Amino acid sequence: MTMPFYASVEQIMRDRSELARKGIARGRSVAVLSYADGVLFIAENSSTALRKVSEIYDRIGFAAVGRYSEFDNLRTAGIRLADMRGYSYDRRDVTGWQLANSIAHALNSIFTEQQKPYEVELCVAEVGATAAQDQLYRVIYDGSIFDEPGFVVMGGQAEAMTTSLRGTYQPGLPLADALALGVRALASVGGANGAPRTLPAEQLEVAVLDRSRPQRAFRRITGSGLSDLLPAPAPAAPEPSATEPAAEPAAADAADAGDVGRGDTLVPPGSTPDPHPGEPPSMPHPEVPAGDETAEVAARDADGEPGKGESGPPPEGNA
Amino acid sequence: MTDRAASMTSQEAAFRASGSSFTDFLADAAPQLLPGRRALPPTAAHDLAPIATTIVAGTFPGGVVLGGDRRATAGNYIAQRDIQKVYASDAFSAVGIAGTAGIAIEMVRLFTVELEHYEKIEGAMLSLDGKANRLATMIRGNLGAAMQGLAVVPIFVGVDPETNDERRPGRIFSYDVTGGVYEEFGFHSIGSGSMFAKSAMKKLWHPGGDRDATVRAVVESLYDAADDDSATGGPDLVRRLFPILFSVSAAGAERIPETQVVAVAEAIVAERSAAPRQD
Repeated sequence: MTMPFYASVEQIMRDRSELARKGIARGRSVAVLSYADGVLFIAENSSTALRKVSEIYDRIGFAAVGRYSEFDNLRTAGIRLADMRGYSYDRRDVTGWQLANSIAHALNSIFTEQQKPYEVELCVAEVGATAAQDQLYRVIYDGSIFDEPGFVVMGGQAEAMTTSLRGTYQPGLPLADALALGVRALASVGGANGAPRTLPAEQLEVAVLDRSRPQRAFRRITGSGLSDLLPAPAPAAPEPSATEPAAEPAAADAADAGDVGRGDTLVPPGSTPDPHPGEPPSMPHPEVPAGDETAEVAARDADGEPGKGESGPPPEGNA
Repeated sequence: MTDRAASMTSQEAAFRASGSSFTDFLADAAPQLLPGRRALPPTAAHDLAPIATTIVAGTFPGGVVLGGDRRATAGNYIAQRDIQKVYASDAFSAVGIAGTAGIAIEMVRLFTVELEHYEKIEGAMLSLDGKANRLATMIRGNLGAAMQGLAVVPIFVGVDPETNDERRPGRIFSYDVTGGVYEEFGFHSIGSGSMFAKSAMKKLWHPGGDRDATVRAVVESLYDAADDDSATGGPDLVRRLFPILFSVSAAGAERIPETQVVAVAEAIVAERSAAPRQD
C-alpha cells in the first residue's frame, strides 16, 4: 500500500463527504412533516430504546439519521444548550434557529478538523403558533443548514422519497393524513422489485410537536394510539422478501466493521451474508430481514459510483 | 469580546459534556449561574432579603396536596403579599419553599430544569427518591449562604408512577439546611408558622380523607398559622389573595382551581366569625 505524499484539500473534503453520504444512505429513513396541528416526526425504527426522534425544548424537536452515537451526542448537546439558554434568559428565548445553528457549527468544525466526519443528517423542528410559522431546519454532515418548507426526508433513499412527497404533500393536513402520507413515502422505496413495502406500527417511531399543548409540545405516539392512526394495511401488500444470497454487503468500509455505535444499519458492513452475527447483541433487530436495503448498499458499493442515480448525493448537499 | 468568549466556551462545553445532570453541566460551563457558587461578604445577611414563610403538605389516598400562604416578610415589614411559594416541579411532583425568597425561587427554577433535563436526555423520569436526593444536593450547596442567614428550606412532594405504591401513593420529603432529607408520613409543615400549622393539621387531617378534605385541612391550617404568626398571611379578602395549592396524583400535578380555594377559605372565615375562638 502506498501513501500519497499530498492530497489536495478538495480531494480530502470529497473523500469525507463520500464517507458521510454512504453512512447516511445506509440507514433507514426519517420524515418530518408540518401538519395542521403541529409537526410530525416519523422514523423507521424497530428499536424502542435507541431513539431517532427526541424532545429538545418546549416547542423544539429533533430527528436524525446515521450513526447513533454521533447524533445522540448532538442531541444531548442541543438539550444542554437549550436548557442553559432558557435558564439564563427565559423559556421563550430558545429558538430552533439558534439550536440548528449551534449544531451546524459543531458539525462544520468536526467535518473540517477531524479525520472522520460525523455520518449524520438531522432535522431541528420548531412548532409555531400557526402552520405557516413552523420551522424545519435540515442540517447535514458538513454543517450545511437548510430551511425546508413543509417537510424533510432524510437517510436511505431520501431523494426518491422527497420526490414522491413533493407531489403529494400539502400544508394543513390533519394528523392521520399526514401520517399516512409520510409512511407511504417511507415505504415507497426499498421493496422487492421496486414495490412498496408495508411498515407496521412496531417498526415506526412516531412523535408530534403538538401546537395546542401549553408548554412542552412534544408527545410520542405509541402502541394502540399509533395503530389506530395508521391506515389499514393494503390487502395484498407484499412482505419485504429477504434476498439474502444477493445481500453480500460490501466490505469496503473496513473502518466500520465492528462499530457498536451504529444502531441504524441493518447489516454492519463487512459481515457475512447472514444479517445477524455482526449485530451488537444489545440492539437486536428482530424479524427484520436484511433484504432490500442491504442489496441496495451492496449494489451501490460494488459499482463504485456513489453519485449514480437516485441514491447519489443530494445535489444541494455540497454547499 | 468577553461575552463572546464565554458563550463559545459554554457552547463547546455542551458538546464535550457527559452525564444527564443540568446542575453538573452548569458547574462546568457556567458556574456563575449556580446558587451557592457566589462569594459572599463575611457578614450576617439575614435581614437583607425577603423571607418566605409557611408551607403545608398533606397526603390523601390518591396522592398529596401542597399549599402555601402568599406573604414574604423583610424584618417587620410585609415585603410581598402575593408571592408564589409552591410550584409544580414536573408532571408528578411539586415543591414548596421557605426561607430567603430570592435564592429559594432560583433554586426551584434550577430544580425544575434539572428534572426536565434529565427526562429529555435519558428518555425517562428520575424516580421520586432520585428527585428528592437531587434537591438535597442543591440545598447542601447553599450551606455557606445558609450560615450567614440566607437559608432555604424546601418541602418536596410527589408520586412515583413507576412504583405505584398503593399504601402511600403520595409522599412528602422535608429538608434541613445541611441537605438532610427526611421522609414524612401523613402531613408536614415548614416555615415560620409551621408549629401552628402542624398542630392544626394534627386535628384537621384524616388519613382516609379525599382530596377536597385534604385541601380544606391545608387551607384551614394555613389560616391557623396566620392567626398566630405575623409572618404568615391569611386569606386576604380585601385584595382577593388566597393560598396557592397544588395536588399531585397519578393523573399528574395540577394547581387546585382558585375558585375551589376561595370557596374553602371563605367558608373557614365564615365559620370562625360565627364562633370566634379566644386564642
